[in-house]
Amino acid sequence: MMYWLLNLVLALLLAPVLFGVINKVKAFFAGRKGPRLMQTWYDIFKLLRKGSVYSTSSTWIFKFAPVGTLAALFIAMLFLPLGFCSSPLGFQGDALLFLYMLGLGRILTVLGALDTASSFEGMGAARELQFSVVSEGTMLLLLIFLAIQSSSCELNTMLCGRGNSFWMSAAPSMLLSAVALYVVLLTECCRVPVDDPETHLELTMIHEAMILDNSGPDLAFIHYGAGLKLWIFSAILTALVVPADLLSPWSALLVMTSGCFLTAVFVGITESMMARYRFLKVPQMLMGGFCVEFAALALLLISGGVK
Amino acid sequence: MNMAIDLVLTAFLGICLMLSASSRLVHCIRLVALQGILLGVLPLLMWNWSKACPGAEIWGAAFVNIMVKGVLLPILLIRAMRKAGVKRELEPLAGYSWSLLIVSVASALALWLSRSLTIPGVSVLAIPAAAVTVFTGLFIIVSRRKAITQSLGFLAFENGIALFGAAMHLEYGFFVELGILLDVLVLVFVMGIAVFQISREFEHIDADRLNLLTDTGEVK
Repeated sequence: MMYWLLNLVLALLLAPVLFGVINKVKAFFAGRKGPRLMQTWYDIFKLLRKGSVYSTSSTWIFKFAPVGTLAALFIAMLFLPLGFCSSPLGFQGDALLFLYMLGLGRILTVLGALDTASSFEGMGAARELQFSVVSEGTMLLLLIFLAIQSSSCELNTMLCGRGNSFWMSAAPSMLLSAVALYVVLLTECCRVPVDDPETHLELTMIHEAMILDNSGPDLAFIHYGAGLKLWIFSAILTALVVPADLLSPWSALLVMTSGCFLTAVFVGITESMMARYRFLKVPQMLMGGFCVEFAALALLLISGGVK
Repeated sequence: MNMAIDLVLTAFLGICLMLSASSRLVHCIRLVALQGILLGVLPLLMWNWSKACPGAEIWGAAFVNIMVKGVLLPILLIRAMRKAGVKRELEPLAGYSWSLLIVSVASALALWLSRSLTIPGVSVLAIPAAAVTVFTGLFIIVSRRKAITQSLGFLAFENGIALFGAAMHLEYGFFVELGILLDVLVLVFVMGIAVFQISREFEHIDADRLNLLTDTGEVK
């Protein structure tokens, strides 16, 4: 419990730093120095000191959306076994609640974007929802995969209670699952092959297009929420591939934190090596991730590795 | 060793999925070449190393397999591709997302059906991986328009059959394989020349439009 709280505080503090790591890696590949590691924190503090501007045509939904999204992501994070320590809030079936909390965060962002009645934001919202159809399906398949492997529906057991030998007994399906989860991570966190967070052309944006009208503290909440989402998915990826039972609490903390930062480095390398896909090709990539996770599930059921 | 074999067989499944979803011909050719190399390595992985070193015929079969399927045939196909001047399969009869879905449903079906086909001493994945590779090959032959993609599908199909033989430890399987390999080599030669001829005559290599040929040899 104490260790879990410590991990939670650490996650809340370090989540925006992940963007700093990604930007540093990209800057390294481009031969530049890049923004400072804590840049997202500086941006958030700067935005918090400013005031928000609301258009007269927008309603309370637009004001509520950023806070609501951040709250939904925070609640989702509370169910995760951060640092491989069991979350005290976990219960049987919390995996579904976790998935729907992520969905709630998404739908609030989308509603807030639609509420502005700006056509760019409408386009961004439509794309976000279109891509999420497949990526949420993949995430659900992954949760089913973990549930079968651990014979439990509680996120704590699903991620940390699978024993130490799952790499020995089900290596192929583990490998495929990790690939699929990485694709989901890139989609959900709006990283490069799906969306370019640095683009300044409204026509090609997805996530950035949805938050064009937000300003001040609202924008700070949105940036912070994006950091939390990236931390959530990197933590799941780390917990998926690392057998947890061997670790003492302190080494688990170290492994989880470095796993998240390593994921950020991988995202940075991916972004440096490839360009954003054109929109018609993105669903194809997402379908690929879905099929890979589907194959992983089928392999797990056939070749054993079920507890 | 068992895990290595499972990983190679999973790689066959993954290659099938990628093959059904990629439009760039160079990419497809590389994937089929990778299949050939994995196929050559597989008998060495399956060998029981604690007993004895594999004999010359095993090494020879592996070497010939890798050289022909992993190096020679891809070079031939890439040359045919350059001569015909095509880089992508543009309008497949089944779109890429659909192809991906069909192949993954087929692989789930193959995995499910193979539960009743387990053979002691052979990996459970062997039969489904071979079946899916055969299916993907056939599917590519019927769902793509360009003659060169269809010959790639034929190669994947043949890889699937060879995978079946290699994974089953068939006795004298390697010698039968070498015979088949010769046939395949000749076939790909012929297909490469045919692709070149078609592209020179008609300025395209869409095989389905050959149906429209009349007696006079003109395209309607």
